[in-house]
Amino acid sequence: MNALIEYSIDDQSLILSPQKAIYWQQQKTLIVADVHIGKTGHFRKAGIPVPARVYKADLHRLFSLILFFKAEKLLIVGDFTHSTSNLELDLFQRWRRDMSALNIELVKGNHDILHQRWYDDTGINCTGPRHQLGNFLFVHDVADCKEPVPEYIFGGHIHPGVRMRGMGKQSMVFPCFYFTDTYSILPAFGGFTGVSVIAPSQTDNVFAIVENDLMQLQ
Amino acid sequence: MATETKGQQVIREWLATSGRQPFRFQEEAWEQILKGQSGVVNAPTGCGKTFSVFLGSLIDFINRHPDNYKTRGKNGLQLLWITPLRALAKDIGRAMDEVITGLGMDWKVGIRNGDTSTADRARQKRQMPEVLIITPESLHLMLAQPGYPAVLSTLRLVAVDEWHELLGSKRGVMIELALSRITGQREKDLSENKPALQVWGISATIGNMEEAAEVLLSCMKTSGFMVRANISKKVKIDSVLPDEIEKYPWAGHLGIKLVDKVIPIIMKSTTTLIFINTRGMSEMWYQSLLTAAPELAGAIALHHGSVDRELREWVEENLHTGRLKAVVCTASLDLGVDFRPVETVIQVGSPKGVARFLQRAGRSGHQPDAVSQIYFLPTHSLELVEAAALKEAISEQFIESRQPMTLCFDVLIQFCCTLAISEGFIANELFDEIRSTFCFRDITEDEWREVLHYITEGGEALLQYDEYKKVEVIDGVYRITKRRVAMRHRLHIGTIVSDAMLKVKFMSGGFIGVIEEYFISRLEPGDVFTLAGRNLELVMIKDMTVVVKKSTAKKSIVPSWNGGRMPLSANLGKKLREKFNEAFIQARPKQSGPGKRTVQDPVDKGRDIELEVLRPLFDLQETLSHVPKANELLVEQIETRDGYHLFVYPFEGRLVHEAMAAILAYRISRITPITFSFAMNDYGFELLSDQPIPVDDTNVYELFSPENLLLDIQRSVNSTEMAKRKFRDVAVIGGLIFQGMPGEQKKARHLQSSASLLFKVFAEYDPDNLLLRQSYQEVFDQQMEEARLRDMLLRIQQSDIIITFPHRLTPFCFPIKVDSMREDLSSEKLADRVQRMQAQLARD
Repeated sequence: MNALIEYSIDDQSLILSPQKAIYWQQQKTLIVADVHIGKTGHFRKAGIPVPARVYKADLHRLFSLILFFKAEKLLIVGDFTHSTSNLELDLFQRWRRDMSALNIELVKGNHDILHQRWYDDTGINCTGPRHQLGNFLFVHDVADCKEPVPEYIFGGHIHPGVRMRGMGKQSMVFPCFYFTDTYSILPAFGGFTGVSVIAPSQTDNVFAIVENDLMQLQ
Repeated sequence: MATETKGQQVIREWLATSGRQPFRFQEEAWEQILKGQSGVVNAPTGCGKTFSVFLGSLIDFINRHPDNYKTRGKNGLQLLWITPLRALAKDIGRAMDEVITGLGMDWKVGIRNGDTSTADRARQKRQMPEVLIITPESLHLMLAQPGYPAVLSTLRLVAVDEWHELLGSKRGVMIELALSRITGQREKDLSENKPALQVWGISATIGNMEEAAEVLLSCMKTSGFMVRANISKKVKIDSVLPDEIEKYPWAGHLGIKLVDKVIPIIMKSTTTLIFINTRGMSEMWYQSLLTAAPELAGAIALHHGSVDRELREWVEENLHTGRLKAVVCTASLDLGVDFRPVETVIQVGSPKGVARFLQRAGRSGHQPDAVSQIYFLPTHSLELVEAAALKEAISEQFIESRQPMTLCFDVLIQFCCTLAISEGFIANELFDEIRSTFCFRDITEDEWREVLHYITEGGEALLQYDEYKKVEVIDGVYRITKRRVAMRHRLHIGTIVSDAMLKVKFMSGGFIGVIEEYFISRLEPGDVFTLAGRNLELVMIKDMTVVVKKSTAKKSIVPSWNGGRMPLSANLGKKLREKFNEAFIQARPKQSGPGKRTVQDPVDKGRDIELEVLRPLFDLQETLSHVPKANELLVEQIETRDGYHLFVYPFEGRLVHEAMAAILAYRISRITPITFSFAMNDYGFELLSDQPIPVDDTNVYELFSPENLLLDIQRSVNSTEMAKRKFRDVAVIGGLIFQGMPGEQKKARHLQSSASLLFKVFAEYDPDNLLLRQSYQEVFDQQMEEARLRDMLLRIQQSDIIITFPHRLTPFCFPIKVDSMREDLSSEKLADRVQRMQAQLARD
């Protein structure tokens, strides 16, 4: 068990963090999925008092990761924002101005519905629905790549979680990184997100996020 | 008696025209009402309890208007009649209309509940009827309407029907709050001739009648007057006995094997009600009855909470007219309505409590002197003992108490928002009002400030980046001004939380139906379940929708409903232990000597037939393990392929067992790092582990010690799922969960979240949250039943703990083993535990 785990695909070195992000060393790129910023704000605006601290903690975690790895690029594989614009997004913009050197790329997901102007203003470069970088292909939902592609694919969208069972009918669910032969799915980054349980096959690799640690399950 | 007033005379004469005479308790109630008293009428259903209060209100009116009481119409609201069930409203309204017509008066009776049409509502708004029959929820909706103080200003009497049902529930708290508002407004009313307000509860007998009155009348600042009917109904209880107890299932068979014995019972009575504990089971019983007796088709019907409302009304209508031979029903038919043709009641499975059994028995033989006939049909063999226990409890009138709820912040938050929609509220004024209720009499100023902070600021915020908006303070008045927020709140008023329903859809998009979140959250992708008669494979759950595909698998899981999982009451548990004691004495002679067994003991007249029938089972239990006496606690340790089992039988009901299992697991885990899963039923519980469980003669009394109970509860509850489950209801009532407006689901999708996600987020980021704290408190008070738990441990300390090591599963443990509701508790570090699970995985 480790705080960080190095995982290689095609000679590329990927650092998996229990903070729910992957750092791609050769490209100096931090990869995250399903951040859903603004979600708490939408709930609160509607009179549902979800703790505002969730969002603060998410932002804090994101900045810390970028500083820790000295990432030059942030690549988001979809669902960066939750819905329409709200004040919580303004807080992100303020932070963005303080880190203007950082390159941000977004592969849009189904929740990324803001006006193009917002992405321009915030310095987020929206790529196509299939974004190639090096030998990898980045999409929001890997299920959209129905036909085989030569590149290894990274995606998000499903908020993967893994259920572990023990004897005596014990079971627990943890968010996880999920790697198959052809694609990988990242855990949802946002703190106010659920998980959906995946059913990995024998040959897949699964890294569960257990508290602040990572555990390879298979 | 004092000289009769005009009103009393009018009513007495009217009763006499139909050859009736008032009961003594009715006259007593009238006198008290005329004196301006408040109080509680304690009378069983079907004995004219409605008339005691309703006629009292009429008498009072006639006395005030002796000359023109017949012609005076449009008097404004006089009598508010609160009833817990919609179904009751129509019946009561009909009976009241009859009286009013008979007296030639010009009063109107209106009904206000979820079924009332908007046209009727508008009519009531223009001219309030003199009598309004209302549910607790609709009463709160009324308080959400601007102008409610004027509507209520003419009110003289509030009657709370079936108070024993409402007490101890959050609906009861809703009534307490509404009453405190109504009396508070009356005190504020400065007009000179404002009418005095009276509150009368109507209640069946419960163990704590005095307290019931105290709770209801708390805001009236009076202890009130108790009118007791002292009418007890004769109840005849018979068990439906299986022919061969050896072949009757030990667990999990719904009693359907006895369907052939039910048919003759149905045939010989005019109408029979068959009470089943859960909706799922009632569906199966209905089908089985039709299969067993096809000639009943058209003459039997099904009635439960998920049945379409129109159909339910049709069933009720036909019950009245006696056109139905039998109705299979759940708690949906528990309450008050008189169905005169019902002659017989069959209870399938444990009724869990003496009061409920009595209530159900009372559904039959509604004529004043008729005997209520009830049959008890066991769903597994051991349950037969309950029949014997119930008989005794009823003959001793050993009826349960209903514990009133206290400090329900979720209901208070909802109530504050309700008032904020209509007229708004002033903080200090409302604080005084709520403190006059029983539920909130101990609320601190800090807690009140927290509630206000919560509804205005939404807890701690992100300052300038926050857009939280619900209640605003405008000129010192707390108000909700946003139309959408108000609209949404109105839709959410109430405290009955049905399980969250998820839509089930095919991957290709076709809609199949809805299913409980509770059920589906236990499945994994690839699992096959049945819905609407189809076998479906779960693909994934996304955006509150269950995505499935068709499956050809033969085996599937039938959705189970969590309803009907009431725990066994303390009263019934006590009687059960006594009956097991008797059974033990009966099982004993067998051991009197090898080879010299007497062929047949003469059956003692005083013995229960049920215990006699169960004898072979007790013999087996005694051979394999032991039958516990009343002063013994049985502990069984059994090793099977599943692992190491520890079974304990305190007979204290599912909830106490759940708590005790957690505490015992925690205490054992202090001896050695170990992980358990639990299972329980009403008789006992099981700890299951993958390692041997270190419980023996040397430590068992210590493990069941009442010392440090509080601390140990807190430690063990923290690591369980109990609070999470409670939080769901609390979150819905407290307005945290947005269920979407009708027909607007799509628009609101970005505001949907599950209770478990919210729980996770609150536990991590706002652990001091008021509603989160309340969930834990509810676990402590209701789930754990702390008081009962402590009593049990004290009792166990006084008793002999018998530990046996059977080589196979016993008749006692089998039903628990089959029960699948399990909890986890672990003392191991999470990571260690996962690693061990993983090792297990590899070995499999």
